[in-house]
Amino acid sequence: MAQPTTSETHAPDATKSVAELQQIATQVRRDIVRMVHAVNSGHPGGSLGCTELLVSLYFKVMKHTPEPFDMDGINQDLFFLSNGHISPVFYSVLARSGYFPVSELATFRKLNSRLQGHPATHEHLPGIRIASGSLGQGLSVATGAAQAKKLNGDDRTVFVLMGDGELQEGQIWEAALYAPHHKVDNLIAFVDRNGQQIDGPTEKIGGLGDLRAKFESFGWRVLEADGNQFETLLPAIEEAQSLLGQGVPVMVLMDTQMGFGVDFMMGSHKWHGVAPNDEQLAKALLQLEVEKASDY
Amino acid sequence: MKDFPYSESKDTRSGFGAGLHELGKTNPNVVALCADLIGSLKMDAFVKDFPERFFQVGIAEANMMGLAAGLTIGGKIPFTGTFANFSTGRVYDQIRQSIAYSGKNVKICASHAGLTLGEDGATHQILEDIGLMKMLPHMCVINPCDYNQTKAATLAIADYEGPVYLRFGRPVVPNFTPADQPFEIGKGIVLNEGADVSIFATGHLVWKAILAGKLLADKGINAEIINIHTIKPLDARLILESARKTRCVVTAEEHQMNGGLGDSIAQLLAREEPLPLEMVAVNDSFGESGTPDQLMEKYGLNETAIVAAVEKVMARKAK
Repeated sequence: MAQPTTSETHAPDATKSVAELQQIATQVRRDIVRMVHAVNSGHPGGSLGCTELLVSLYFKVMKHTPEPFDMDGINQDLFFLSNGHISPVFYSVLARSGYFPVSELATFRKLNSRLQGHPATHEHLPGIRIASGSLGQGLSVATGAAQAKKLNGDDRTVFVLMGDGELQEGQIWEAALYAPHHKVDNLIAFVDRNGQQIDGPTEKIGGLGDLRAKFESFGWRVLEADGNQFETLLPAIEEAQSLLGQGVPVMVLMDTQMGFGVDFMMGSHKWHGVAPNDEQLAKALLQLEVEKASDY
Repeated sequence: MKDFPYSESKDTRSGFGAGLHELGKTNPNVVALCADLIGSLKMDAFVKDFPERFFQVGIAEANMMGLAAGLTIGGKIPFTGTFANFSTGRVYDQIRQSIAYSGKNVKICASHAGLTLGEDGATHQILEDIGLMKMLPHMCVINPCDYNQTKAATLAIADYEGPVYLRFGRPVVPNFTPADQPFEIGKGIVLNEGADVSIFATGHLVWKAILAGKLLADKGINAEIINIHTIKPLDARLILESARKTRCVVTAEEHQMNGGLGDSIAQLLAREEPLPLEMVAVNDSFGESGTPDQLMEKYGLNETAIVAAVEKVMARKAK
């Protein structure tokens, strides 16, 4: 398969400016709405809401080697996506950071694709280290991977993202008890606190209450940030990194808007798992203008 | 009928504990996790000698399966330990997604399988675990018969790349497998050659099959007894070879009839060589409290039941 061209991809670079990240994020958002539109299925809402986080991690924060992909990721930072339904943003960011050809985004959710509806290792898509989709499992997996790093004397960090609705799964709280007890202090967990889930607002469906107090009482260091602004998100990630190695895991509660960047998709659970039609796609792309678009 | 001398009876779970401890010494990538049952799983020696490679998870089996999947990323070979019920049914989706579908090199080690857990009763006596695990694509399913074989199996699965379900139990049973017999995954063991009937047994029922073989010999029936310790992948070649010779088959296991070894062999015979088959297994029932021997008798999982099944299947055999 052809390697991605340099105009489509961006190497991870700690010095990348907010303006550069902004351009990448807009291109990623174009990918997201085009991918779900093409197959009339998938989850654009949460994908758009978590774009700043994944762009920050893959293009600026994490030390990682897209090519050749190594499952064990020794001496690399690792990212796990627990809320696997936001696969469009994950796939776009992986492709655009060089894990696989950007052109392969066109195969999303199609027969014989490596880009399954929910992320899977089964088709050997570079960049995916665990299958996710059935919710609540990613925090445990990330914690295990963080403990493997400690055993290996590997001082890099493990990042994991969960949805807020996902916190209704019991396994999350098993892992939340475990990680501080075992002093897993090379782990940064993010919660996508968009306040929405399939059946409606999270507080109406299964109230999460004071998440900061809950996780703090479990023994986590907890930070909060606006997850849709690089200007607030990047300093929060930096602060989280500064808290590593102190015997406790770190949690960033990230306030986001589902559908961020496309006005008619913003802030509503209605775009959780619905694809835009032709007209809506055109409207969305008009709002996602980028200096030099490199659509797949 | 061959003789199977043994010097002592031991529990299969202690074979696991001994194997795990040996792996601690020989394979630095082996790590172990336990959900608050170190003593029951006989993991004490590993915990004592390799504390940095042991993870006490507490009563949180779902988390344990996820942690194990994560530990493989970085090259570790995790062995999880809890009762068979909590190793399978309780955490089926975690195993399915994070371990099996993700192709992770996790060894799910399950003690107290079946009725012989005894007095604790049906909540803990899982009889569906082989079926649950063998349905998962690419999951290897192993049910050794005694201490030595469980120890050898524990060593062997560390060298096998991929997810494994290793099932063993609580009671002491005759330890007749030679201590130096290597464990070959997927290769059945012919214990006694015979011409009249093939008895395929797994786990604790292997010894019961040997006892049945002696009773059958007294009646002039020459039984071929084969230990199928690996339910998946099934040793189809050996099973078909024996069945084609004897022309009738009995299966024996401490498991539900649905989904167990007998079910796998019935599928094989139906496809390749339809022959009369009788299954010694639990027939669509939960267990209950009682001593292991009482339960095995009540639910028809002993040598008497095997002899009856042999007589029945031989009567069905084409003359």
